[in-house]
Amino acid sequence: MREVTRGGTTRDVVVVGAGPAGLAAALAAASAGARVTLLDAADGLGGQYWRHLPPERPAGREGLLHHKWAVFGELADTLRAHPAVTVLPTAQVWSLERHDGGVRLNVLVGEPDGEGRESLVLDPDALVLATGAHDRTLPFPGWQLPGVYSAGAAQALAKGERVAVGRRVVVAGAGPFLLPVASSLLQTGATVVGVHEAGRVGSLARGWLNRPWELAGATGKAGELAGYVSDLVRHRVPWRPREAVVAAHGVGQVEAVTIARLDDNWAPVAGTERLVEADAVCVSHGFTPRLELAIAAGCDLSPGRFVRVDDRQATSVPGVWAAGEITGIGGADAALAEGTVAGTAAAGGDTGSGAARTAGRARSRARGFAARIEAAHGIRAGWTAWLRDDTVVCRCEETTYGRVREVVELTGSREARSVKLTSRAGLGPCQARMCGRTLQELLAGPGACGDAEGAGGGTTSTVDRRPLVVPVRLGDLAALPAPRRSPSPLTAAESQPGGDRT
Amino acid sequence: MTSYRVPAERDPARPAADRPLTIVVDGEPVAGTAGQTIAGVLLGAGRREWRTTAAGGAPRGVFCGIGVCFDCLVEVNGLRDVRACLRRAQEGDVVTRQGGTP
Ligand SMILES: Cc1cc2nc3c(=O)[nH]c(=O)nc-3n(C[C@H](O)[C@H](O)[C@H](O)COP(=O)(O)OP(=O)(O)OC[C@H]3O[C@@H](n4cnc5c(N)ncnc54)[C@H](O)[C@@H]3O)c2cc1C
Ligand code: FES
Repeated sequence: MREVTRGGTTRDVVVVGAGPAGLAAALAAASAGARVTLLDAADGLGGQYWRHLPPERPAGREGLLHHKWAVFGELADTLRAHPAVTVLPTAQVWSLERHDGGVRLNVLVGEPDGEGRESLVLDPDALVLATGAHDRTLPFPGWQLPGVYSAGAAQALAKGERVAVGRRVVVAGAGPFLLPVASSLLQTGATVVGVHEAGRVGSLARGWLNRPWELAGATGKAGELAGYVSDLVRHRVPWRPREAVVAAHGVGQVEAVTIARLDDNWAPVAGTERLVEADAVCVSHGFTPRLELAIAAGCDLSPGRFVRVDDRQATSVPGVWAAGEITGIGGADAALAEGTVAGTAAAGGDTGSGAARTAGRARSRARGFAARIEAAHGIRAGWTAWLRDDTVVCRCEETTYGRVREVVELTGSREARSVKLTSRAGLGPCQARMCGRTLQELLAGPGACGDAEGAGGGTTSTVDRRPLVVPVRLGDLAALPAPRRSPSPLTAAESQPGGDRT
Repeated sequence: MTSYRVPAERDPARPAADRPLTIVVDGEPVAGTAGQTIAGVLLGAGRREWRTTAAGGAPRGVFCGIGVCFDCLVEVNGLRDVRACLRRAQEGDVVTRQGGTP
């Protein structure tokens, strides 16, 4: 093994997140000679894309549920066997501090939300953030009813538990992600009543098809999407553009939804509403990157609020690299390629040759394709027309749209912080992960609350800043251990109560 | 029943045979299989709500499914505020409804 040295010792690289980006980064860093610690809060490897059945219930044909399952198997096996890699599952990074030019990670290892988890403090030479994204759902009347799920939840439950969220399921929102979700639901035996995509046919066609030479280069993603489309066709599932679920109805749980046609700006067209019976609704309008560690590290964000990186996946903070969906929504192929570049660079390796160079090219192709598709589905401002005064905006605090408007009128403020403090929106346990961006858009966009002239403006304060990534129990904070550069093998083994479950 | 777990013998993914376990939810036994999360056991058994919100007294269960929204909080063996979508169920776990947000 080649020694990459800094101050005469092997470089310690910590990778946070074991999805496609983090797995590729860990392997690339180890291949470039670094000592690598790969952490993930989950108890298995694979992230969101390769979420799979647990070791207690291994699937004979897991590959049926995933694309590139073989790629995952090889990555996971190689990492587990690699002498320079420590894989640490159930390791939640709960905060990140900056100190004398470096970063320090505070980690709790053990059962999620458990008591008496082991504390770990890491001071790596280089950090790769690969924390991924969660899907984003715009509020609509009734979305707080049991039976309404984010599309990601339906996907996670189908892949990770073989649980169907309902028998008659409506899938709605925007983006290519709705297609694998519908496919996964079909594979659980559920009936998918319809897939309702808010995007316009024109922009969808342009986004998907206007540069066919990129399609040829990105056969991975294009082929994958084509597979999902053929699943829908085979099961006669209607796919309807320019439509949205604008309300969910039911007593105690979902029994039906209202679907309406949308205009170009995503405002429902009056008179087009129809009631559809369903016992589950899965809705996603895009993705929100998990930025808290990157923000705590001081990384610059792009205007679209992803982590800004250069060609070598370096962030604006020396010693911190980023890869995968926190740098932009690009899909698993882009995440893998970015991870390879980031891991190589973080280890001090050469990104201009070998696997990193090839990955760099693949990254540009995959990103170009995915970014264009994603842009075709981008949220448009007219959606607020489906809100009613009694629509819950903040799920945690149950703050309604009417209350937010009232607070804006009463206080004359459209500054997110003060509106939050008065209305309590965004102050619940999810720390505004569900409603933060929505609130910000409601307060800042044209046609926003209290914006009679439709001039827009309002707040720009970031809602993504969360010094504590997850709630931490007081007992866990007692007796924090001394910082270490990487966990010793003994510590690593001790701190896997459930073992690596992958 | 609305939500359900795909029966192992009819699942094209061919998961290994069930290893049954039982958890106790608000005093009632609920059956699942080893490796499921608490949310997975509940949804698999057709239960979709297990929390009551503090302000509105409204029912909640899973929303995001991946530990982000905190809608699915339950008390597990006396410890409050455990995300049911993340915690693997263990035989005999005592799960209690929470009547509010922390
Ligand atoms: C629920 C869900 C399901 C999805 N399913 C699909 C799909 O089927 N097909 C598809 O094309 N795309 C899917 N996506 C989109 C998906 O985000 C990307 O395809 C891909 O997984 C991105 O890879 P990544 O490596 O950037 O991040 P991810 O795969 O999201 O991996 C990030 C990892 O970081 C870990 N993490 C985050 N913060 C911390 C922390 N503070 N401490 C420790 N660990 C942390 C997370 O536990 C996670 O495992 C899904 C997204 C979601 C939210
Ligand atoms: S369902 Fe969102 S945290 Fe569990």
